[in-house]
Amino acid sequence: MDRFTTLTGTAVPLRRSNVDTDQIIPSAYLKRVSRTGFEDGLFAAWRGDPHFVLNRPESAGASILVAGSDFGTGSSREHAVWALQDYGFKAVLSPRFGDIFGSNAGKAGLLAAQTDAKVVAALWDLLDRQPHAAVTVDLQARTIVAGADGDRIEDSFDIDDYTRWRLLEGLDDVAVTLSHEQDITAYEAGRPSWKPRTLPARVEAPVEAQ
Amino acid sequence: MGRTLAEKVWDEHIVRRADAEPDLLYIDLHLVHEVTSPQAFDGLRLAGRTIRRPDLTLATEDHNIPTLNIDQPIADPVSRTQVETLRRNCAEFGVRLHPLGDADQGIVHVVGPQLGLTQPGTTVVCGDSHTSTHGAFGALAFGIGTSEVEHVLATQTLTQSRLRTMAVTVQGTLPAGVSAKDMVLALIAQVGTGGGQGYVVEYRGKAIRALSMEARMTVCNMSIEWGAKAGLIAPDEVTFDYLRRRPHAPQGADWDAAVAHWRALATDDDAQYDREVVLDASALAPFVTWGTNPGQGVPLSASVPAPDAFDDLDDRAAAERALEYMALVPGTPMRAIEVDTVFVGSCTNGRIEDLRTAAAIIDGHHVADAIRMLVVPGSVRVRLQAEAEGLDVVFKAAGAEWRGAGCSMCLGMNPDTLAPGERAASTSNRNFEGRQGKGGRTHLVSPQVAAATAVLGHLGSPADLVEA
Repeated sequence: MDRFTTLTGTAVPLRRSNVDTDQIIPSAYLKRVSRTGFEDGLFAAWRGDPHFVLNRPESAGASILVAGSDFGTGSSREHAVWALQDYGFKAVLSPRFGDIFGSNAGKAGLLAAQTDAKVVAALWDLLDRQPHAAVTVDLQARTIVAGADGDRIEDSFDIDDYTRWRLLEGLDDVAVTLSHEQDITAYEAGRPSWKPRTLPARVEAPVEAQ
Repeated sequence: MGRTLAEKVWDEHIVRRADAEPDLLYIDLHLVHEVTSPQAFDGLRLAGRTIRRPDLTLATEDHNIPTLNIDQPIADPVSRTQVETLRRNCAEFGVRLHPLGDADQGIVHVVGPQLGLTQPGTTVVCGDSHTSTHGAFGALAFGIGTSEVEHVLATQTLTQSRLRTMAVTVQGTLPAGVSAKDMVLALIAQVGTGGGQGYVVEYRGKAIRALSMEARMTVCNMSIEWGAKAGLIAPDEVTFDYLRRRPHAPQGADWDAAVAHWRALATDDDAQYDREVVLDASALAPFVTWGTNPGQGVPLSASVPAPDAFDDLDDRAAAERALEYMALVPGTPMRAIEVDTVFVGSCTNGRIEDLRTAAAIIDGHHVADAIRMLVVPGSVRVRLQAEAEGLDVVFKAAGAEWRGAGCSMCLGMNPDTLAPGERAASTSNRNFEGRQGKGGRTHLVSPQVAAATAVLGHLGSPADLVEA
């Protein structure tokens, strides 16, 4: 995973709340077995509308999505994160994220920055007036800065310490955990024998013990 | 201070705890399906890793598969490739798989419990948000993304930040004809789709204790629809009776040891929840959704709300968008809404009790003209049980389609979809835009309302059939 430190780019205002992962990428696009190439599925149902914000010329090349509250609710599909990344987004700002989406974003290297609703609204207004305004998201300092002079917006955002550290370092989660393998082995030694196992398979109802 | 059920299960699974880090939790059961796993298996191969515990892993095929002509190759080449990829991966990595055509194939959240693999006090994960279903057994069960699927395959653990706890206490007794589905839809309408964000929820109270195991699964299944990380119910005699004869239930002395342990999981009297919500079951009625998120619901006896009835500006804007998408006019009685399709099935309401309920209502009636009714068992075992009871005959005699087991019309990944503009009464869990097919319109309902609606041609309850 690439390190994430500071990002400066243009941003797209998505003035909608409760954008579930079925909207971010419809299920028809989940049949693929690849890890990349999901950009065509991003907001696929809405992209047909020429007025949809992503279809505006000024949205081209944007790397930050500014969304309403409860972004990424619903299905666990990590494809939602991949589609945003494949399209070119590196950060999403929202007052609140769906739990699994937020977790997936951290694992895949997309910054999900929990941003005060007032700041999101201010960014939307700024981006409506100045679609090419540069927005800077600083993960080290946990700040968002946009606009200049009277339009200047500056605020902090929330992200949990552990996810921030992993993004800053660009760490492979599995490798980090495997460095504690002796703890896993020790835990397994203490598990009760009656805990369920899928192997060997038992599919018929067992005969009752006498 | 005492601990809650969720805290006890959590504490029993801590592999590693360190300052300023999330806990590393052990995973007892990892369920796998074809959609969210291929990239995880690829990740293992790329890194030269293996599956740590194939004996704690189980795979089935559910999302992509057709529910008709299941003896034929899957027609959609992309779906077929995904299913074949799962088969190859399971063979290569030694994972037990119940493929299409197998007697234990079915929706992953129906298969785990019926095999007795879902047990109280366990941690259960799956690359599917409705993993919360398994919480009905007092398991800590939640959906994960594909990166986490890979992590669990490689390490049998997950890193998890400690969560806050919430109690949802449902007091009183459900009125006759009001189901667990109505209960949870009413709850979501009250607390909102984000109301459970960041919480592990414990459902408790007299009305929860009175629910069957399958009805408890319906409630826990929908936990994710109001944002909760997981939803659980303390195990009791209902749980033990359900589990006792399941293939993977502990046997003999192991059973006694397990039950003793499971009983001790109940929340201590002096435990504190971070938040509590109280619901009165006796005040509930059949509940249906009008909008495009599961929180946009009203009693069946009510009307489509007007956007300006919502004080919150976000809610108002969402209602306007939803009404436009759903092509509904404020003030329309819910009972006046005509549907094209009725779907009975899914991990929410595709178990044997759901099918019995729907069959009992539809018996002696006929599906209304121009209505397509799909009845899709959640698993092959459910299908076989239903056929042994003659439920398939009842459905077919009424003009409904009796299908093979799978996710079917819940999510639009297989041939069972709505056409653009079509409207469905569906026992599934999500009414999102396009969820059941691009442009499709979904009303979430209970099996009771689904069956009555199929006969009436418009949203209605079994009571309406008697009067008709």
